[in-house]
Amino acid sequence: MTEAAIPVSADKAKAQSAFEKRLKARHATEQRFRFYGLMAIVIALSFLAILLTRIVTQGVSTFTVHSVAIEVPLDPARIDRTNLEGTNFDIMVADAVLAKLGEKDDDFGTKSEKVKDLISPDFGFQLLNMIKANPAIIGKTVSVSGPLRANADLYFKGEIKRSTPEEERKLDNQQIDWLTKLNASGAVKTGFNVAFFTKSDSTEPEQAGVLGAVVGSAMMLMVTALLAVPIGVMAAVYLEEFAPKGRWTDIIEVNINNLAAVPSIVYGLLGLGLFINALGVPRSSPLLGGLVLALMALPTVIIATRSSLKAVPPSIREAALGVGASRSQAVFHHVLPLAMPGVMTGSILALAHALGETAPLLMIGMVSFVPGVPAAFTEAATVLPVQVFIWENASERAFHERTAAAIMVLLVFMILMNAVAIILRRRFERRW
Amino acid sequence: MPFNPDGRQADMLIWIVFFALAAFSGLTYWLGRRKALASAGGSAAGLHSLPNYYGTYVALWVAVPAALLLFLSVSFGGRFEHALLVAKAPVAITGMSVEQKQLFYRDAEAMAEGKQASEVIYEGPVKAALTQKSLEAKGYRDKIRMGTFALMGVLALAGLLLTYPRINAKFWARNRVESWISNVLMICSIVAVVTTLGIILSLVWESARFFQTVSPGEFLLGTHWSPQIGMRDDQVGSSGGFGALPLFAGTFLVMLIAMLVAGPVGLFSAIYLAEYAGPTARAVCKPLLEVLAGVPTVVYGFFAALTVGPLFREGFNALGLMLINGQFHDLGLYLSQVQNQMALVAGAVMGIMLIPFVSSLSDDIINSVPQALRDGSYAMGATKSETVKNVVLPAALPGIAGAFLLAISRAVGETMIVTMAAGLQAKLTLNPLETVTTVTVQIVTLLTGDQEFDSPKTLSAFALGLTLFVVTLLLNIIALRIVQKYREQYD
Repeated sequence: MTEAAIPVSADKAKAQSAFEKRLKARHATEQRFRFYGLMAIVIALSFLAILLTRIVTQGVSTFTVHSVAIEVPLDPARIDRTNLEGTNFDIMVADAVLAKLGEKDDDFGTKSEKVKDLISPDFGFQLLNMIKANPAIIGKTVSVSGPLRANADLYFKGEIKRSTPEEERKLDNQQIDWLTKLNASGAVKTGFNVAFFTKSDSTEPEQAGVLGAVVGSAMMLMVTALLAVPIGVMAAVYLEEFAPKGRWTDIIEVNINNLAAVPSIVYGLLGLGLFINALGVPRSSPLLGGLVLALMALPTVIIATRSSLKAVPPSIREAALGVGASRSQAVFHHVLPLAMPGVMTGSILALAHALGETAPLLMIGMVSFVPGVPAAFTEAATVLPVQVFIWENASERAFHERTAAAIMVLLVFMILMNAVAIILRRRFERRW
Repeated sequence: MPFNPDGRQADMLIWIVFFALAAFSGLTYWLGRRKALASAGGSAAGLHSLPNYYGTYVALWVAVPAALLLFLSVSFGGRFEHALLVAKAPVAITGMSVEQKQLFYRDAEAMAEGKQASEVIYEGPVKAALTQKSLEAKGYRDKIRMGTFALMGVLALAGLLLTYPRINAKFWARNRVESWISNVLMICSIVAVVTTLGIILSLVWESARFFQTVSPGEFLLGTHWSPQIGMRDDQVGSSGGFGALPLFAGTFLVMLIAMLVAGPVGLFSAIYLAEYAGPTARAVCKPLLEVLAGVPTVVYGFFAALTVGPLFREGFNALGLMLINGQFHDLGLYLSQVQNQMALVAGAVMGIMLIPFVSSLSDDIINSVPQALRDGSYAMGATKSETVKNVVLPAALPGIAGAFLLAISRAVGETMIVTMAAGLQAKLTLNPLETVTTVTVQIVTLLTGDQEFDSPKTLSAFALGLTLFVVTLLLNIIALRIVQKYREQYD
């Protein structure tokens, strides 16, 4: 270096400041990068929060219901004793409501038609059943209480507002006046919507519930569990403990890994082509749904079981073999019981996934309208996620809140299953 | 598990026989055990195997063949009966169409079961034939059932007679039982292979029937998709309605949008979780992301259709109204008419669904990059982000590419979100604001509701399914290859 002292130090200072600038820039980049990462997490989690809040806010109103109690005079002249089923109870209920409102039906029945739009047809069924049970009540006045029709219910929930122009809402001014009057008279009660949990699908939103779908889901999951868990566990035990390592085992292994990633809708096509067309399993039955979902859950169960079998240390096996146990005794008496918590966790998670699966079930006819609770595994049934799909497609607005509520029920079941899996893992998992 | 419901009584009978078989094999278990013990002078010490193995050996041979027969009879008895029934058609129905004949036989079988027949009114000779056939059906059914039960009895007794005499103290019962067990285990593992074969066969079989009417070239490259036209009997197939290219384009568009959302967000989440987050943040964030992954797809579909869709539409419409009469009048006009169902909504929501998938796979891969590489980079004075960008990501790149491929395969096969939010119009477009349709949506639409298995409309769903299966399979194979190859390098 032949340069003068002062310029050198000036250069140095310059270099120093350039270096500091660069460092600052690098640290700024560092901060930015870190911020991007944090933002990504925040975005992902806020999506979760938005999703769940939206569903809860949309669905929570389903759990309250507005019902009304009405005194209906059972006029013998209007009841055909020989043909109870054919009697028009709805119009008697409507007239009773009109009487309560201090109105009278005109000759064309316009007003009673309008009242029918406010009161659930459930009242008519209740009267029918009451008379069937005790025909002596004909001629007396009975008190029945039941839900308001979906649109009237939505009015009380604030979903239908008077401020909306009359032609754009489902209720006209007169109907809203009546509802206000009924409410002022204290006849309208707000309560917990028990019917949502005790009834099955219906074309009337106020009478539609999830019971049928919950039972259908339970039956289907039972079939899935009974097939997928034993077969999956045994297949995994074979592959992990018994199978000779070789080409054949490799093929099975690659096969299972690929099966786990086949789109679920393809399993629906399999169900349609194989189980329905070739084997004649009844359409839309829990048995068929369970079979299809079992095939879908099988790879997951196998993979989970294999990894928990792998986690059992070889010393356990060797100790058992060393004291004279046979191979299957070593596996079934020692290795498998020790791997059981992992197996159960994996199986429950696979079943929880199967519970939420919808697409393959659409292929095998589970979208049909099933009004009751399925009584047998071969009968037509519907399941919770499909019920969600069906209601989402319905045009009535009242079904939309029910869709969200059905989703809440579905999520509660999934959370329960996941919680069980987590507890099992925490409680029994052993680290070697 | 009766596959063909024969009325409650018949179900009861099957269950009774089943439990009788179970009880009988329990009895033979006890017999075998007792004989083994007796032959060793009452003490287990003189036996080759533990006494339970002798019992199990006998009980297996008694119960399993008979139970298998019962299962087969319950599963396929109905079809066998049907085949016998239609073998000889009565003269009265020779003039009927195929559907009428099917209905006739179905009614005959329903009558035989004492169930409600269809509302078709039969008269004259046809009615007589129906009554006769229903009696015949009942006869066949009873014969099949009784035959099954009798054969089951024979099998169970034969099992007992073959195995019981062989039992003595020197008999290697344990080895016999264990070979049973290992065979059963092997059969279970073959189920997975059979499933794959079943998928391939059922897809290929129905697709082959479809390709008889529509050529594969037309299917894969045609641009006109309107399968509903082909539904009429008089213009079966080849009416130009089976060009699936718009569906592939729609699927691609939705997948692209989904990956544009899930890719960056998922990857950056993974980087943050793996490199920056402390143990507490990890312990909180990872399970929460798993919750996002556990939400059923139908819930995402609901969210897309009733929340995101209207939100986007309102946003674009408002933007369009602002632009109208301005410099971008045409664009404004277009935006003000955008509908709820658009590729963007389905893609964005699908992207949200894929975030946890991308992030957890990438997280695993980033974590498997050896710490030594990072330490080397830090020692050279690199900052954390420089290390991530210049060292960790290049090392993890193949694995991350594999993860992205797996996510793409998920996006292509995803059904519910697109069914509920994308729409049904097959359009060849790359505009994310348009309504598009995808392969999976079309499969669902074609196969829900009534199906006739001879129309190309229904069969085309299987051709679409085959395409989907092949594409996702290829993506998975490549992705798994890449991920595995990459893992081996550092393990």
